[in-house]
Amino acid sequence: MSTLGFCNLGVSYDGVPAVVDFNDILYSGEWLCLIGPNGAGKSSVLRAAAGLVSYSGSVAIDQNEIPATSARWRARHIAYVPQSPVIPTDMIVHDYVLLGRNPYIKHFASESQNDRDVVERVLHRLDLTSFTKRPLGTLSGGEVQRLVIARALAQEAPVLFLDEPTSALDIGHQQQALELVDGLRREQGLTVVSAMHDLTLAGMYADRLVLMHQGRRVAEGTAQHVLRSETLAEFYGVTARVHHEPDGTVVVIPQRTPSL
Amino acid sequence: MSALRTSDVSARGTDHQFWWFALSGVLLVCMVLVGLMIGPAGPTWWRIPLELLNRLPLISVDSGVSASDWNIVWQIRAPRVVLAVIVGSTLSISGASYQGVFRNPLVDPYLLGVAAGAGLGATVVFSLQSGESSTWFIDPLPLIAFGGALVAVLVTYLVGTAFGANRSTTTLVLAGVAVTSLATAIQAFILQRNTDVVRQVYSWILGRLSSATWGDVRLVLPYVIASTVVLLLHRRLLDVMRVGDDEALALGVNVRRVRLVVVLAATLGTASVVAVSGLIGFVGIIVPHAVRLLAGASYRRVLPLSVLLGAAFLVAADIPSRVLANPAETPIGVVTAFFGAPFFLLLLRTRQTSQ
Repeated sequence: MSTLGFCNLGVSYDGVPAVVDFNDILYSGEWLCLIGPNGAGKSSVLRAAAGLVSYSGSVAIDQNEIPATSARWRARHIAYVPQSPVIPTDMIVHDYVLLGRNPYIKHFASESQNDRDVVERVLHRLDLTSFTKRPLGTLSGGEVQRLVIARALAQEAPVLFLDEPTSALDIGHQQQALELVDGLRREQGLTVVSAMHDLTLAGMYADRLVLMHQGRRVAEGTAQHVLRSETLAEFYGVTARVHHEPDGTVVVIPQRTPSL
Repeated sequence: MSALRTSDVSARGTDHQFWWFALSGVLLVCMVLVGLMIGPAGPTWWRIPLELLNRLPLISVDSGVSASDWNIVWQIRAPRVVLAVIVGSTLSISGASYQGVFRNPLVDPYLLGVAAGAGLGATVVFSLQSGESSTWFIDPLPLIAFGGALVAVLVTYLVGTAFGANRSTTTLVLAGVAVTSLATAIQAFILQRNTDVVRQVYSWILGRLSSATWGDVRLVLPYVIASTVVLLLHRRLLDVMRVGDDEALALGVNVRRVRLVVVLAATLGTASVVAVSGLIGFVGIIVPHAVRLLAGASYRRVLPLSVLLGAAFLVAADIPSRVLANPAETPIGVVTAFFGAPFFLLLLRTRQTSQ
């Protein structure tokens, strides 16, 4: 649906640079995954573009620069799923997904029928209809993750940011969540940017990987190109074997260093 | 099929909501009537509803209430009941709103220094007035207390946002603690030099509605209405802010502006009712929580129901405060805590076992 461009994006916290000159262009429906060690600046790129931290440079959607002052405009174009969402345990599922409609509701107005219809469609699409009245505190980790994605979908934004979407999930729910995102981007042409630690999963789902280190991009391309043992050793300081499956999947297997 | 089921469910939710509002409204009306009927002097209690009917247009009932008796009801009890409505609703909705913007259930409307500022203002007035008969043109107490409250919160806000990181509320709350300590210290210093007013200041701090006049009502009404309307307008945004500053911002809410406006409105309301009624504790925390336990945590329900139930609660609490130690007054702050705390514990207990 929409292209997403980063132009010289820079973030610094108290003068310490966290992201330096990040440039990229994503075509509509592309899935870009940011990888890199802790503190490399992956989350900062997402948080800056989502308007949560101030930044230099610009972010553009369909070549329109996002105005720095309008949180509403940004929220209509970028939906952001944080690493550890705040879950108000006594809120019910329906009301939580309805929060995603906020960018379309005038400040002091209430939801229109259209907003409710969108929420119903999203709940239906994500198989959450039977949960509608459940308080959030009664849901499991996998259900909560699906719910947060549901709220992001209710924003009807063409761009979806996922910050560590699977870090709190077991292997089965990891797969479910990522398959869900992949299915949605194919159906709706969502442009997806995610930050992930699991390199094998990152390589399996993303069209393109960008490896970051100390705020800079140090490698980019397909999983086969980026995930090499020497690259991982250099930037993660890890000893790992990279195994190529016949179907093209790249598997990263950490290895124990022999004790001295 | 599934779409049908969801709309059924949400329709039932709306019904539920209607009954809570209806129940709270009826409760408030009953409390106001009882509040008008009970008191140490004046006509027999059952004559008062008849007289009220009689005063409606087109209805004539012989209630047997004399003009002087009616005077007692209208000039002494009625302003007191109306003031209890205003004070109770304002403290409750302000407390609920503070809890919303700070996302902290233990917060009360006195958090940012309203109480200490108003207390300091009141102490200054009592000290200046002591020894001389009141020669002031108007009663300066509410005005100075109101001013003190606003200045204290303003200082808290300026200091808290100047030093704090841009979105941290912790600095703001800590600044409130510092300002409160400072104002309390100055108050203690003044009191030590004017020990003759300690009693007056102490009774002011415990809160009172006993000296309520229509003048008090007129004094605070504009501020209270403005504050309540602004807070009610923010009820949906407060729901969005329940997911935290970052996510609310990512959902398009200008978090800092909403917080500023809500805090200012709640402070304005609180400061004005504190100015006429002193520090009535407890209401601002307990009523919103009781509402949450009964009707759910959405601010769309919590804010308006806090207005209704807060008013009903304070009118009800004012009745024992008039008659318990007749002819003396029991401070209303004592009554709210004495009856409110056990009630709240009971509610907490029953709700926990039923869930």
